[in-house]
Amino acid sequence: MPVDILMPALSPTMEEGTLSKWIKNEGDAVKSGDVIAEIETDKATMEVEAVDEGVIGKIVIPAGSEGVKVNSVIAVLLQDGESADAISAPKAAPAANADTPAATTSGDAGGKARESSDEPTSVASEKVPAAPKTEVAADPDIPAGTEMVSMTVREALRDAMAEEMRRDGDVFIMGEEVAEYQGAYKITQGLLQEFGDKRVIDTPITEHGFTGIGVGAAMAGLKPIVEFMTFNFAMQAIDQIVNSAAKTLYMSGGQMGAPIVFRGPSGAAARVGAQHSQCYAAWYSHIPGLKVVMPYTAADAKGLLKAAIRDPNPVIFLENEILYGHSFEVPKLDDFVLPIGKARIHRPGKDATLVSFGIGMTYAVKAVAELEKQGIDVELIDLRTIRPMDLPTVIESVKKTGRLVTVEEGFPQSSVGDFIANRVHREAFDYLDAPVVTIAGKDVPMPYAANLEKLALPNVGEVVEAVKAVCYK
Amino acid sequence: MAPRKTASTSSRKTTAKPARNETIGSNSLTFTKEEELHAYREMLMIRRFEEKAGQLYGMGVIGGFCHLYIGQEAVVVGMQMAQKDGDQVITSYRDHGHMIALGMSARGVMAELTGRRGGLSKGKGGSMHMFSKEKGFYGGHGIVGGQVSLGTGLAFANKYRGNDQVSVTYFGDGAANQGQVYESFNMAALWKLPVVYIIENNRYAMGTSTVRSTAQSNFSKRGEGFGIPGVQVDGMDVRAVKAAAEEAIAHCRAGKGPYILEMLTYRYRGHSMSDPAKYRSKDEVQKMRSEHDPLEQVKARLLEQGWASEDDLKQIDKDVRDIVADSAEFAQNDAEPDVSELYTDILL
Repeated sequence: MPVDILMPALSPTMEEGTLSKWIKNEGDAVKSGDVIAEIETDKATMEVEAVDEGVIGKIVIPAGSEGVKVNSVIAVLLQDGESADAISAPKAAPAANADTPAATTSGDAGGKARESSDEPTSVASEKVPAAPKTEVAADPDIPAGTEMVSMTVREALRDAMAEEMRRDGDVFIMGEEVAEYQGAYKITQGLLQEFGDKRVIDTPITEHGFTGIGVGAAMAGLKPIVEFMTFNFAMQAIDQIVNSAAKTLYMSGGQMGAPIVFRGPSGAAARVGAQHSQCYAAWYSHIPGLKVVMPYTAADAKGLLKAAIRDPNPVIFLENEILYGHSFEVPKLDDFVLPIGKARIHRPGKDATLVSFGIGMTYAVKAVAELEKQGIDVELIDLRTIRPMDLPTVIESVKKTGRLVTVEEGFPQSSVGDFIANRVHREAFDYLDAPVVTIAGKDVPMPYAANLEKLALPNVGEVVEAVKAVCYK
Repeated sequence: MAPRKTASTSSRKTTAKPARNETIGSNSLTFTKEEELHAYREMLMIRRFEEKAGQLYGMGVIGGFCHLYIGQEAVVVGMQMAQKDGDQVITSYRDHGHMIALGMSARGVMAELTGRRGGLSKGKGGSMHMFSKEKGFYGGHGIVGGQVSLGTGLAFANKYRGNDQVSVTYFGDGAANQGQVYESFNMAALWKLPVVYIIENNRYAMGTSTVRSTAQSNFSKRGEGFGIPGVQVDGMDVRAVKAAAEEAIAHCRAGKGPYILEMLTYRYRGHSMSDPAKYRSKDEVQKMRSEHDPLEQVKARLLEQGWASEDDLKQIDKDVRDIVADSAEFAQNDAEPDVSELYTDILL
């Protein structure tokens, strides 16, 4: 059967082109790979190669034709032993857009192109299915009489890793100075001695490379913990985190993902300047395929890091250098694991809702105590997980109090608080008695000078004032 | 700063191909009849598949980017002939040939190219992003150089588990200039990871020739600073590829660490379907096709040895074309993914 040679699309957006030149003529033999014609698109002149072998039986579209639609028949190829008589009248173009005429003026086609590129959007907007909702289990009950131990966040993190490494031989930790130096911030203290250098691995100072190696090991089924000395340095590796770790499960249709934890301190420490003082909560929370955890207390740090290591997905675990030395009560249990994706009501209240996470909680806790003295009863929610975010807990609280303030140290534009405000406006607008106020770091790189650094970060006074403002007090 | 030696180096580098004596074993390489026939069929399968993919792209059935492997078939087929089950393969976005060589189904690959539910990634990955746990294929990666660190991580997992599997990590001459490649080389050599780095040097990083983009165009030497052995291989000769692959893989399996194979190869088509390839002459392409084509080389030997007749080869071509035609048919008629797939496979 004669084979139709069609006008090819040669770019993701091409709809038509000019058939500028025939290289082969009627009667010429061609084999696959031979250049048979040249076409011009809006971007370039391209060669058309034959795919099948045969003889050019008929040239349907003469050289010099403009506005030739993609997929229209430009020539007919005869195969072994066929004669030109076998060619029937040229068929209409089996175009992707059935309503597109075979040839039109270019002006027309321009309009058509816009129309058809609009089409999928409108179709899609009618049919986009709702995102599925997942139920997250509540925190496990702590049995009555459980001993509570005072512990720093640093110790809690180390214990979490040690317990999980004892439990599962596929868990290992890699990063700069995690082994012999015992951790740049001493989070991995004692791990090398207990688990050896096969599982506690000092890397060269090459974040991009070792992050990729970690993700590759996770794709092969191991469960790496990649420690960044600080998340500022993970900027060198963000491609591997976002493009490889977060997206592989989706791109593989569910065949393989990356069970990996990226952890380390994020946010401002003290007087370390602009390049070392940045909160990454909002950055990573933007990415589907990642979970983002940012604990405040030692108990949450321990329970959530254990959960992160067991999680089959890539988890960004954002710690804070200042919080490392803070002590909290931690239940003394053999296996204390907390659910990722569940906020914790740090203090119930009825007058206003205050939402924070990580080191932001230090301002919030002090502000709540101050407000209590002034007769304002604040409900304080510690998000703990930024993604997937426990919005139901926030929204339920706002429905009760009618007022919302958020606190974080990150930059203000597109902040975590902005996202919460947006969702509360959409889902609880009728319950709000005042506009939502979001408190964040100032919109400046972190200054070094002590007075300026203090100004750049949120402070307790700001939080107190914001809560009073939404309470009209 | 030291003066740059552009004039002298570039004139040296205009030589089309490094001298033969730098490459591994182009002499006295023999394939059995079975090996020649196997290599021929596999390479033909890739070529016909890619030609069909190009055609379907032209029809608008395949969208987005589409990077064809035509011209480079001997590399992946020769490598595959030296690997064993359990070895892992990872590459860039020019990945159709690798998947076909690994035995991933033509239907599954083609249906992924058309974005249909029967595609290997359910239509959610596309030309550049397919995977197969079963076949040990760890993707199709779209960020130039990204797969090099990932492939090193696969090797890390092998070493950690103490198995004798090898990670076969492909990248191009363009990726060979990326920083993370050298970070990975360093760690692979430091930790003696079983990874064969295959630099598919097809002479052009998109439209920029190696002459214009690289200070050391002998990519086999790129591991010297880390003590990683490397050789240049005639990547148009499937026998040379297999011989080099055997050596490199044996080195890795013996626990001696990584190995670099620079495959001197050539892509006949543009970087992607929308590349008019104006940065090189038609004569250059024509010369490679007529004098070095990997399929023609095998075909000539098969005929010369009397191991196959013209009719035999026609029959192989027909069989291959039937498989490809079936895959194209399937890929055009299969349904698009169900809309509910939009939200699946994001998290486990």
